[in-house]
Amino acid sequence: MNRYPLWKYILVLTVLLLGLVYSMPNIFGESPAVQITTAKATTKLDPSLLGKIEDTLKQENIKIDAIFMDSTGVKVRFSDADTQIKAKDVLKNNLGKDYVIALNLISRSPSWLTNIHARPMYLGLDLRGGVHFLLQVDMKAALDKAADRYVGDFRASLRKERISYSGVVRDEQSIQIKFSDAKELAKAQKIISNEFPDLTLKETNETLTATLNLEAQKRIQEFALKQNIQTLHNRINELGVAEPIIQQQGLDRVVVQLPGVQDTAKAKEILGRTATLEIRLVDEEKSDPTTLEQASKGQTPFGDEFFMDRNGQPILVKKKVELTGEYITDAGPGADQQSGRSTVNVTLDGRGARIFRQVTKDNVGKRMAILLIEKGQAEVITAPVINEEIGGGRVQISGMNNTQEATDISLLLRAGALAAPMDIIEERTVGPSMGEENIKRGMHSTLWGFAAIAVFMIIYYVMFGGISVVALGINLLLLLATLSMLQATLTLPGLAAIALTLGMAIDANVLINERIREELRSGNSAQASIHAGYDRAFDTILDSNVTTMIAGLALFMFGSGPVKGFAVVHVLGILTSMFSAVVVSRAIVNLVYGYRRKINKLAIG
Amino acid sequence: MEIFKIKKDIPFMSYGRLTTAISLITFLFAVLFLATKGLNLGVDFTGGTVVEVSYPQSADLVKVRHAVDSIALNEATVQNFGSSHDVMIRLPLKKGVTSAQLSEQVLSALKKEDSSVEMRRVETVGAQVGQELYENGALALLLVSIGIMAYLALRFEWRFAVAAIVANMHDVIIILGFFAFFQWEFNLTVLAAILAVLGYSVNESVVVFDRVRENFRKMRKATVVTIIDNAITRTMSRTFITHFCTQLMVLSMLLFGGETLHNFSLALTIGILFGIYSSVLVACPIALYLGVSRENLITGAEKKEPIDEMP
Repeated sequence: MNRYPLWKYILVLTVLLLGLVYSMPNIFGESPAVQITTAKATTKLDPSLLGKIEDTLKQENIKIDAIFMDSTGVKVRFSDADTQIKAKDVLKNNLGKDYVIALNLISRSPSWLTNIHARPMYLGLDLRGGVHFLLQVDMKAALDKAADRYVGDFRASLRKERISYSGVVRDEQSIQIKFSDAKELAKAQKIISNEFPDLTLKETNETLTATLNLEAQKRIQEFALKQNIQTLHNRINELGVAEPIIQQQGLDRVVVQLPGVQDTAKAKEILGRTATLEIRLVDEEKSDPTTLEQASKGQTPFGDEFFMDRNGQPILVKKKVELTGEYITDAGPGADQQSGRSTVNVTLDGRGARIFRQVTKDNVGKRMAILLIEKGQAEVITAPVINEEIGGGRVQISGMNNTQEATDISLLLRAGALAAPMDIIEERTVGPSMGEENIKRGMHSTLWGFAAIAVFMIIYYVMFGGISVVALGINLLLLLATLSMLQATLTLPGLAAIALTLGMAIDANVLINERIREELRSGNSAQASIHAGYDRAFDTILDSNVTTMIAGLALFMFGSGPVKGFAVVHVLGILTSMFSAVVVSRAIVNLVYGYRRKINKLAIG
Repeated sequence: MEIFKIKKDIPFMSYGRLTTAISLITFLFAVLFLATKGLNLGVDFTGGTVVEVSYPQSADLVKVRHAVDSIALNEATVQNFGSSHDVMIRLPLKKGVTSAQLSEQVLSALKKEDSSVEMRRVETVGAQVGQELYENGALALLLVSIGIMAYLALRFEWRFAVAAIVANMHDVIIILGFFAFFQWEFNLTVLAAILAVLGYSVNESVVVFDRVRENFRKMRKATVVTIIDNAITRTMSRTFITHFCTQLMVLSMLLFGGETLHNFSLALTIGILFGIYSSVLVACPIALYLGVSRENLITGAEKKEPIDEMP
């Protein structure tokens, strides 16, 4: 009666093997590594980079453990952290600003393990050190900004249609247009409702009030959030963070996690910065060869800035900014109809279009520089001569090297600036020494607790105690394997949950062992007692685990940050403990006792 | 080895009055401390900033306090944390300055005073987030209670469900009472511990109730009181061993887990100790007062399988 069918033994064995394989990467641990990615979306990774990096490091006598390239970039592994830091500095100096060099950790496990996606557990910020930010997007500002844009647009279209009005003002998110007579108002209403379908119009004694309808508001908010996330992505790339996490949370929040970042001040500054496009005029009066020559040596005339354009030509650009990327509503790649060369087509909003027309009108025959401000550095992309006044708000920027660049720059322009301001409403920073200490603490707690339980169980239940301890050990193995497989974030509370779950999981074995003792006491045979003990205890084990599970799930649903980390491990631990305490321990008991003819006495204390 | 060799059932239910009185008194004390002293809520719930720094030598608290006071309007608390090398600085929310800037200011002020200072941990929680975490915590507690009650009502009977949840809420209040009395910091991790205890000590009641149900089937002629007494006596050994093992683990966390897990393990320790007591000696009398009987338990289950009578 205490024999499992063969398939059950095989199942247990398979699960054990899987558990062993998938928890193995945690033993190999992680090595310090340097990750090289391209800094700008415009530079592409190229296989020759691999050789270049290898040569650079070889010249400096830096020993490489491994080097490889994947979809995200080139990764170089080193034996210790000192070499890693040295390598980072060397690479930073040699590769230039086109690449982002970030410190990272890479699994040291053999490649066959990596190939079957066996990875070490994903450590949370409190264990590896780093920064966690929760940013709140100021949605009111996003809506205000949208409303502001309408104020300009209204003025422009009313002027175009020659409708007289006495004023346009914004009050919160509604725009009021005052008219002197009802006829003009009616005309305006018709035009506005045609031109701007997103608005709800209301008229009260010669005042037309326009408000954004709910759908448009929602769209603006979604857009603002998406664009902010996109912008954050771009900016965090500058920081050289190996595995940043940028996620939307709720309707108006963004979570940013930067593992390994210590310089929080810089991180905060970069998250809040703006990067965009600027249109300025070329200072034609001073663009004579001698002044340019002097400017290139650092003697720039007052009010001007010196640049080298893409063709390597020196150029003096006025500091005054005529137009910024703020007015860009869309940007996309295109091609010039005459030359067939790649361009970026930018669409400006009403106000931007008006400014642009004015600027072009006043400066016919002069050159206009289009600057891309990326990473705090301005670059003159192109400086075409203005042939005529340009209206309509559509600007074609030529001077792109290829289609790829046009696509990338369009993306950067679209995602260049934050659509709405953001505030940091939660910050959690953990220093690297603290992280290491936390891991040590969590591990020590678990190990000593486990040892104490093992000693006690073996003394108290002898053989059955030993089997329970083996089952508990297997529970730990399976839990680690599951956590590694799911790549769930392991935090310090998560480590505590591992310990606690083990402490609670022993309950199932205690229940079983007590039951077996009781059955023996009432005079049953050894085999019958084992059978009844496991059978009877199962209902109780199930009930008690379900209640614990309910608590775990609620924690998972409502918990944030550290609590969630606790809940994930807790819930997984309950599942693995059910398997190990009931199925695995039974399999061992069956193997030990199930095939004996006669048992004189069960070694259960 | 066997610690519990009890031949005769212990008449637990006859101590009903005493045990109820004891738990009522502890409960009232806990409520009293909660009402008068209140919980020492951590930054997670109140909002504010915590900066934890470490010095290679023993930290000079006076100097640290001086450096912090120069920017934080004398509202900061500065204290040692764990060892004499570690200092924890708590700053309340400050209007006008975003909390993100505040922590940077503190760190640079400390660096000016002594450049060997090392940042260990910074936690900043805005007022709104704190409020939300508080609400979510309360919601989680409520949800756990409802979930457990629903499950127990389904699996056993509503009387047991009510008895178990009353017993366990009593544990929760007592843990909170301890935290209020000693003014230990109550943060998110402690909340996690409390919810874990809630799930854990319900186990205890479940094990006893399971036995009660089984006894109702087996001991046909016994009175309800005898049945409950027998169930408790029979499960006592398991109760003790399990809790002892769990406590071994928690003790290990208390000793090796460091400051972060300290209050977490304290909450668990109190929860485990009172859990043993309440889930047996509070839950069972309540179930009895509510009038559990053979009839409300055995219907349904009876039809499915014939009771297997032991020879």
